[in-house]
Amino acid sequence: MNIAEIIGTNNFMVLFGSVLLTASTAVIGSFSYVRRQALIGDAIAHALLPGICLAFMWTGSKSPWVLVPGAILTGWLSVLCQETIVKYSKIKEDAALGIVLSVFFAFGIVLLTYIQQHGYASQSGLDKFLFGNAASLLLPDLLSFGLLALAVLLLVLAFYKEFLTYSFDPNFAETVGMSSTWLRLLLNGLTVVAVVIGIQAVGVVLMAAVLITPAAAARSWTHRLPTMILLAAAFSGSSAIAGVSISMLASGLPTGPLIVVVLSLIAVVSFLFAPQKGLISRNRRQQFHQRKINRENLLKLLYHHRSLGLKAIYERRPMEEQSIKKGLAELQQAQWVRQENKAYQLTEPGEKAARRIIKLHRLWEYYLSHKVHIAPDHVHEDAEMMEHILTPEMEALLEKELGFPEKDPHQSEIPYH
Amino acid sequence: MLNSDAIWIIFTGFLVASSCGLLGSFLVLRRMAMVGDAISHAVLPGIVIGYLVTGSREPWVMVPAAGLLGILTSSIIEVLHQKAGVQSDASIGVTFTFLFAIGVILISMFAGQVDLDQECVLYGEIAYLPLNPLVLANGWSLGPKMVWILMPLLLLISLGIYLFYTPLSLTAFDPAFALSIGIKVGFWHQVLMGAVSFTTVASFDSVGAILVVAFLVVIPSTAWLLSQRLPLMLGLCLLLAFIISVTGYLAASWLNVSISGAMACSSGVLFVLAFLFSPLEGRVWLAFKKKSQQIGSI
Repeated sequence: MNIAEIIGTNNFMVLFGSVLLTASTAVIGSFSYVRRQALIGDAIAHALLPGICLAFMWTGSKSPWVLVPGAILTGWLSVLCQETIVKYSKIKEDAALGIVLSVFFAFGIVLLTYIQQHGYASQSGLDKFLFGNAASLLLPDLLSFGLLALAVLLLVLAFYKEFLTYSFDPNFAETVGMSSTWLRLLLNGLTVVAVVIGIQAVGVVLMAAVLITPAAAARSWTHRLPTMILLAAAFSGSSAIAGVSISMLASGLPTGPLIVVVLSLIAVVSFLFAPQKGLISRNRRQQFHQRKINRENLLKLLYHHRSLGLKAIYERRPMEEQSIKKGLAELQQAQWVRQENKAYQLTEPGEKAARRIIKLHRLWEYYLSHKVHIAPDHVHEDAEMMEHILTPEMEALLEKELGFPEKDPHQSEIPYH
Repeated sequence: MLNSDAIWIIFTGFLVASSCGLLGSFLVLRRMAMVGDAISHAVLPGIVIGYLVTGSREPWVMVPAAGLLGILTSSIIEVLHQKAGVQSDASIGVTFTFLFAIGVILISMFAGQVDLDQECVLYGEIAYLPLNPLVLANGWSLGPKMVWILMPLLLLISLGIYLFYTPLSLTAFDPAFALSIGIKVGFWHQVLMGAVSFTTVASFDSVGAILVVAFLVVIPSTAWLLSQRLPLMLGLCLLLAFIISVTGYLAASWLNVSISGAMACSSGVLFVLAFLFSPLEGRVWLAFKKKSQQIGSI
């Protein structure tokens, strides 16, 4: 199979359709993520089943124009139930989600088996609606769900400012004159529609991924909502292309799970490698601070004891010997510490650095006891931490604010030079 | 109406419901209800790999394989949330969908060899249970095979909760305090997650993942609305489990619908009743009390 064959009209429609479906779902998912309702999509997806069954029982038709409104109705009802449970009882959000999800779905299964047992004609495949498969979407389906996706995107564009404000701070939205009740209903409604759309591509269980994984991945790279929405849409669009292509090349592999696996891999890469928020850069930052604290504690120790052998240092610092050795080596390289006859001593600049840390420690103790009025025997622990954190700007501010006090609350001298 | 098959089905329903209810109580109190939902889906690749490696669908292969996956799931969720700063809900969603997707792909890659599909994980049907009985060498039937897995499991869970009540309840209510008096909070967390995965797998072969979630979350939540003390809540879970399995079965055979579905619906009805009429904080009850107070003050 060559490239030209892959871009046959039908395959191209499937590709284009899946990109539209997943990307529009991801846009709504970004709002769900910001509203800290990442798993609401999972509950809604399960709550569609009873609506589909009821719509079928009422009309006897399997056309999406009948099933979709039914699905939207029970999906929206499930969100309402979840909000009601949280608002009016001691049940928390997570349990309320679990309750709504399982009970609605169970009711759907009961209806489904009822339909099967009671001789409805042409009922078979009713639940196929829930096990979506992008590759088998037919043109009329694609057209109707594509239109729905476009409508969702247009609504988001139209109400972008309101949605942004409400998602971050509903109370603020209320105070600037927006109706938070209406915005909530509208956003919930859009989420339900997004779930109905996304479920066509990946099915009920994986629905949560299409809604939330792109948003979570995008969040690692930016802290601005517009960028996040665009990134999320791009991530899910490209996953859809990759998933559909792999599925077409390796025939037999299901499209939906492939899309989700690609999406998850993008998310894993983002969680690990994103600058600032990624796991690796967090770890590196943490280690950097840990090493700085380690070095500064060694400086203080040597300042108080003048000259110490390695063994004496081990005894006085409750740390791993390995990290003490490493800290001392770093200090020697900075020429703050020198080694004489197997004993470690501070150099001139090293002593100056040590004095600054001790000054910060004692200034902070003075600040806590004189300005915050904390008893002098309670200030040491806090100062032990702050001495490593205070920046030169804050140092200058503290000195000015406190008026260069001479002694700390324990009557030790505060060294300024 | 109640032949021996019916008794076995109700008994199995009760076993699953009470195991899930007891464990679920700790999940609900720790605000980790959706972790139960996640695990019940994420064990799929474990089941498939277990099947591919050993070629057996027997419970003694499936349960440990899925148990390992369950612990892996909760560890990944933990790492994403704690170390990579992903919102806790989102880390649950990302993890379980990823693992479930891998499971579905594995199934379709080895479609000829695996007698599993995602529908059977979702639905499950307790009605087929008596079709797989444990038969002794001399021809005596001891009832459904799953009962002989689920019964020891319930005993083990009850015994575990009885023996380790202090660390489990302290970890659930106040992990910071528990840590400060030397309880290994992380260890008990993993024990709970492992137990949830074992129970999930042992259960959903017979009742389906969704019923497991219903039992894990709905039963403890209902019991919590009706009680303020953990021992009472655990006892109520057993009572609710009994009511749900009996009424669920009766309703299902009356309407001729899915028994698992009817049992979960029955738990939903009980929850709504507790939500409205619980003497502690039922909405109707509170409204009534408020009204009589107003009348009294006039």
